[in-house]
Amino acid sequence: MTATLVFILSGMLAAATPMLFAALGESVAERSGVLNLSVEGMMATGAAFAFAVATLSGSHTLGFLAGGTAAALLSLVFAALVLVFHANQVAAGLAIGVLGLGVSAFAGNRFEGAAIAKPPSLDIPGLSDLPVVGPILFSHDAMVYLGILLVPVVALVFTRTKLGLSIRAVGENPEAARAIGTPVLGIRLGCVLFGGFMAGLGGAHLSIAYTALWAEGLVAGRGWIAVALVVFGSWLPFRIALGAYVFGAISLMELSVQGLGLAIPSQLLSASPYIVTILVLAAISRDQTRLRLTRPLSLGKPFRGQA
Amino acid sequence: MLEARTAPSRATLVAVPAIAVALTLLCGFLLFTAIGSPPEKVAYAFFVQPFASVGAIGEVLLKTGPLLLVAQGLAIGYRADIWNIGAEGQLIVGAICASVLAIAFETSTSPFLLPAMILAGAAGGAAWAGIAALLRVRFGASEILTTFMLSSVALQLLYFLVTGPLKDPMGFNFPQSVMFGDAALFAPLIPGTRANTSLLMGLAATLVAWVFMARTTAGFRLMVGGLAPAAARYAGFSQTRAIWIGLLAGGACAGLAGVGEVAGPLGMLQRTLSPGYGFAAIIVAFLGGLNPIGIVFAALVMAVIYVGGDYAVVSAGVPNASATILQGFLLVFYLAASLLFTHRIRWRKAAVAEGSAP
Repeated sequence: MTATLVFILSGMLAAATPMLFAALGESVAERSGVLNLSVEGMMATGAAFAFAVATLSGSHTLGFLAGGTAAALLSLVFAALVLVFHANQVAAGLAIGVLGLGVSAFAGNRFEGAAIAKPPSLDIPGLSDLPVVGPILFSHDAMVYLGILLVPVVALVFTRTKLGLSIRAVGENPEAARAIGTPVLGIRLGCVLFGGFMAGLGGAHLSIAYTALWAEGLVAGRGWIAVALVVFGSWLPFRIALGAYVFGAISLMELSVQGLGLAIPSQLLSASPYIVTILVLAAISRDQTRLRLTRPLSLGKPFRGQA
Repeated sequence: MLEARTAPSRATLVAVPAIAVALTLLCGFLLFTAIGSPPEKVAYAFFVQPFASVGAIGEVLLKTGPLLLVAQGLAIGYRADIWNIGAEGQLIVGAICASVLAIAFETSTSPFLLPAMILAGAAGGAAWAGIAALLRVRFGASEILTTFMLSSVALQLLYFLVTGPLKDPMGFNFPQSVMFGDAALFAPLIPGTRANTSLLMGLAATLVAWVFMARTTAGFRLMVGGLAPAAARYAGFSQTRAIWIGLLAGGACAGLAGVGEVAGPLGMLQRTLSPGYGFAAIIVAFLGGLNPIGIVFAALVMAVIYVGGDYAVVSAGVPNASATILQGFLLVFYLAASLLFTHRIRWRKAAVAEGSAP
């Protein structure tokens, strides 16, 4: 039992990292008032390009950059649709999501089923060798720690900087923000691109670090869970991170419960992240008053003013 | 360059989807040739082969059926701003419900078996979408997320059933059910092809959707709710009702499409029921302008893309993902071209510029 628990806790941080990156990025886009539902497709594109570039160049760093950039380019198309063409944000998100899945399958076609070496874990001499705590906290690759570090950074940007204030203003009331001279479309473009880059990094971590392989359909709903995590965390970075780690643990339960030899159908375990998402979503949405306090007021609404 | 239209233009109803299709074909063509597929073979696969033989036309019709059905159902919800994106799961549950009957009455020759399966499939699909409706109405949970999550759950349910309770006991452990009896199958539509009478369900859904949206008050209320929520509230149109109607209609149609697959080309319940019809139908609904008549043409276009893509994989070495990427292009270009619904292009400088914008 202790072994199972250590297995889940030590794997949890790594398993959660792809979703954490994607959800943090999506939360920034949403706080600027743009609902980008294409996270799944952007993650897939990031995963495929990261895998291709890391395999060909032998550099994980280049892989991560390629993944982030590819997904950011995809989010640029999304931004053009919703900010310039005033397309419905839900429809545009679905369109880019499908396009991203197609692009990922195209880019990854040559690498279908291939594996890659994992990036080195940043072992800290002494700490990493500690029993229990060592494998749980101190034996991960750099991206896992970067993800953890980004949580307070994003929180601080929103609460302590002018940029964060501008983003929130644009997300709450774009007309008022425009009236005091804030470049509404510019801010939204920046936030969407950031969200895309982060989704790409998340996908990249999935393909070149966590699973260390590429297969079509690798993302398997994680992008949608990331979108749900933003709601669970009521758009606040620390809560989003908490949610991501809980879901990381749930995704590992499938493996460990099978290891324990319990007679639960494997399909029920595979479906459990989705079932949990539905239940949590229902529970959270129940308190609409509280959600309304944190939901960006202009979320999903196009801004038609001159900016 | 661009100026706002003062009145809607009927020409754009045809022009916008036509532009989207043209740009999609152009980009697809450039992409496929860029990765080294012989251009003439790609063009042949998409433009000629789907129409070159009776069998190929049958394949196009076979794929038109489910796309048409699902898209008609989804469009009703989309018009009311109800976003059901989990039609794939509703299709699966509909197929499961129909299959349970077909398997339970394996040896039956009753003419009522297929109609019963059709009802069961529609009810199953509607019930699956109904979960999302209930969660939205009761708790306010976003139907976008719940319908998607439910479709992933449905897929696992299918895997569980075909490897367990509904598995063919004599099937050498293959994850599939027994073959259905003839009474549980749709009759062929055109001899020598796989197209079958399930296509009629799509045409019936088109008729019902057209009557509902164009001729009934309930349809009108739904549309107002989507276009002008404040006006709908003021007029006392119930949003709860719109949510139920929007999701149940989409779910029932998707369920019917599921019946069409298991009681049509598949003839059994198996792990793979649809090549993503539930997701492709979202694009069909948009490409058809959420209009029942437009959706018929859009479904045909999408079916040709599916069939042409299959040919291109074989003859031109195009990757399997070609259908997905073309679908993505199609919706992206449609949404971009949709600007023409509200704006028009002025090639020369506007002669009368009232208070020219900076």
